[in-house]
Amino acid sequence: MYRKEKSIALKESSLALYNNLSVLPVPGKQVTYFASVHGTSVSMASASDDVLTISHRQLMAKEGGLGLGASLITQAMWCSLPSRVLLVLTSRKGIQMYESDGSVMVYWHALEGMESSSPGMAAFARGIAATGQHFICIGTSSGAVLVFDVPSKGTNITLSEVLKKHTSAITDVGAELCQQPEGAADLVTADDSGALCVWCSGEKFRLVTQIPASEYTCSSVKLWNGIIAAGYGNGQIRIYEAASGTLHAEVSAHARWIYALDLAPLSGKLLSAAEDSFVQVWRLSRNPDTEALEIEHCHGECVTDGLLCGARFCNPEGSAFAVTGFELSEIIRYVQV
Amino acid sequence: MKTAPVICCLSKHEMTISPALDVDNGGANGEETGCLNQATSLFPIGSSVAVVTGPTRQGVAVSLRSKRRVSGGRTFLSFPGAGAMSLRTLPLLVLNLGGEMLYIVDQRLRAQSIPGDKARQDEWTDGDRRRVMNDIIGGIFNKKFMDELFKPQELYSRKALRTVFERLVHASIMRLNAPSMDKLYDLMTMAFKYQVLLSPRPKDLLLITFNHLDTIKEFIYESPKTLTQVDITFRRLIDAYGSLSAGEFQLIRQTLLIFFQDIHIRVSILLKDKVQNSNGHFVLPTSGPVPWGTDVPGVIRLFNSKGDEIQRTEFPQGGNYILPYREGSFDLHGDRVIKLGTNIYSISRPVETDTSGATKNLVSRVKENTAPNPLAKEELNLLARLMGGLEVKKPPGNETGFRLNLFTTDEEEEHAALARPEELTYQVINIQADQDQQRNEELARIMGEFEEEKEGEPQPPGSKGADLLAMMDEL
Repeated sequence: MYRKEKSIALKESSLALYNNLSVLPVPGKQVTYFASVHGTSVSMASASDDVLTISHRQLMAKEGGLGLGASLITQAMWCSLPSRVLLVLTSRKGIQMYESDGSVMVYWHALEGMESSSPGMAAFARGIAATGQHFICIGTSSGAVLVFDVPSKGTNITLSEVLKKHTSAITDVGAELCQQPEGAADLVTADDSGALCVWCSGEKFRLVTQIPASEYTCSSVKLWNGIIAAGYGNGQIRIYEAASGTLHAEVSAHARWIYALDLAPLSGKLLSAAEDSFVQVWRLSRNPDTEALEIEHCHGECVTDGLLCGARFCNPEGSAFAVTGFELSEIIRYVQV
Repeated sequence: MKTAPVICCLSKHEMTISPALDVDNGGANGEETGCLNQATSLFPIGSSVAVVTGPTRQGVAVSLRSKRRVSGGRTFLSFPGAGAMSLRTLPLLVLNLGGEMLYIVDQRLRAQSIPGDKARQDEWTDGDRRRVMNDIIGGIFNKKFMDELFKPQELYSRKALRTVFERLVHASIMRLNAPSMDKLYDLMTMAFKYQVLLSPRPKDLLLITFNHLDTIKEFIYESPKTLTQVDITFRRLIDAYGSLSAGEFQLIRQTLLIFFQDIHIRVSILLKDKVQNSNGHFVLPTSGPVPWGTDVPGVIRLFNSKGDEIQRTEFPQGGNYILPYREGSFDLHGDRVIKLGTNIYSISRPVETDTSGATKNLVSRVKENTAPNPLAKEELNLLARLMGGLEVKKPPGNETGFRLNLFTTDEEEEHAALARPEELTYQVINIQADQDQQRNEELARIMGEFEEEKEGEPQPPGSKGADLLAMMDEL
């Protein structure tokens, strides 16, 4: 059971974009950072663990070069690498990487000249995840996934590889949340057509398997212990084996488009939030006897009149989670009791 | 820090620099923004000049000056739509807002008109109503305008788009003054925002558009040409959108939601129907039919590695959904199944807006949207191109034009103008053109069209407009 706790107010309302909430617990400082895209700015809040002290920051998209102006931010996500944590913003113009508190921009990559996968679609970047020791992978509307090599400190970030397997705009990128044996799949990319690609990161990324397109967009994807959880536009969650791409479960989870999934690495709990105002908690596991994948429903909450667009667990155990929705100027928190 | 704005006036033979009296800096308070405020660009048009001032942090102010006199007209262009993720959004936005506009105008005209043989010369008749509706519909669906609309492009700001609709509604002999136009635009905005939010699938935006077009066709009275224009647009929509993927429709929907973000004007008809809350947010139902192609939630199915279903369990989802009985028709004719986008107005159901609740959010938004926006000049160009496609209908020489009031009385309209929060006022482009309109073709075209609109001229006593107001008292 989860119980609703005090909400965290945001300075500006959230926009209806996939995976529009990022949460970064900072254990040393006893604070948690939250970030949600408003439009041309990102609303950031840092809350103490008792939620008595909350501070705010509005991060405006600083575009490289002069005169480009503000443009829409499509996603804001903290990327935790073993050596450093970066706040990554994607937009119409390009990709920006900041120090984790949003204070200093350390890298900027322009999307100029990039063509999108369809003439009516603007070029943009969307889908952010850190994988391996030093990679940050970011999707684009052309279907290409850009792999950035990030040094343990400094600004010498380089574009090391471009993964070109998708033919539709990338929606989300998910990295393995648990320690896996060398050579195992550790990255999954999803696109507008519902196609998934599973990769093994390294000096050269290797395509492990492909899951073909379906009629519905895959808007959010997560990878945990070799298991892929994918959320779709028809309200379904599908569970695949990452190594083979085999479908193991299909859940009619939501009545409308799913906007966000999250996985708690220590417990295997899965969170899903959708346009239907519901946020659901599930648990993934492997049957110890048969090794078969299983999923069970644990808990559900309804945010009245909320078109939910972001949902994240607040800790690796999954004992607390946070959600936000379109035009909501707050982050609603639930804590396990 | 507030610097005195300066206007450069460029005419054929001279350039003058004079202090500007009425350049709108977009409501940006000098103290707060402390940003530059200078004339940056001039578009000479005939013997007038468009002065683009700024950029301020929120956009640019555009005013038009003629050599002979300073026209009071100015507009403020901001560019929140610069973030459009889909460049195919504008046709759906304009056609659906246009549909809502026609519903409201039709309802108001019907409530006022009386059978032709009984009307005095200065009263609205059914004939007048049909002529007004035909003229506005003909204006929206004219080929040049549709050609411009269907080009892939960014979305306009709400303020800029209001200018387009003001132009469209004035394609007939009917005239609206600013408070009524504001109210009309607010009603259109909220009605379509509701439909976008409630659209079961993003693709159903197309069915909502078809519902509007179906009803618009019923408004057309004995004008096969106009009917053909609407059918051509129908086919264009089917061509342009019929094959788009679900993901691309979702991008269009998300782009529309950017356009409508944080607009919370309360509308009486929506409040009464309990689909809008008193805070201006819409009610999202957790029951009723699920979107086509979606299962009723509540089932988990497990498969073995061969793909056979090995277990099926149910879980309590929390909603109360049913399956839809069929998918709506995406053809030229047919049952659209969903009701969003159909005409919710009737003579007995006039609508009111309440902007008071909308103020708080907008204020905070205006203040914090402080990035300089050089794209605003670009929007002026886009707007000019779009408006270049609009036809102008002059009222016949002896007619003053009918005035339509969206309020019950004249006094209410005046009060609304005064009480409206500043953040919600739209500045109107009002351009005075003289001769010689070649130099800037696009802007000259706008100017040519706006010349017709000399608003604010007092209605002669006993005009049709005045009587219309008297009749509206009975509402």
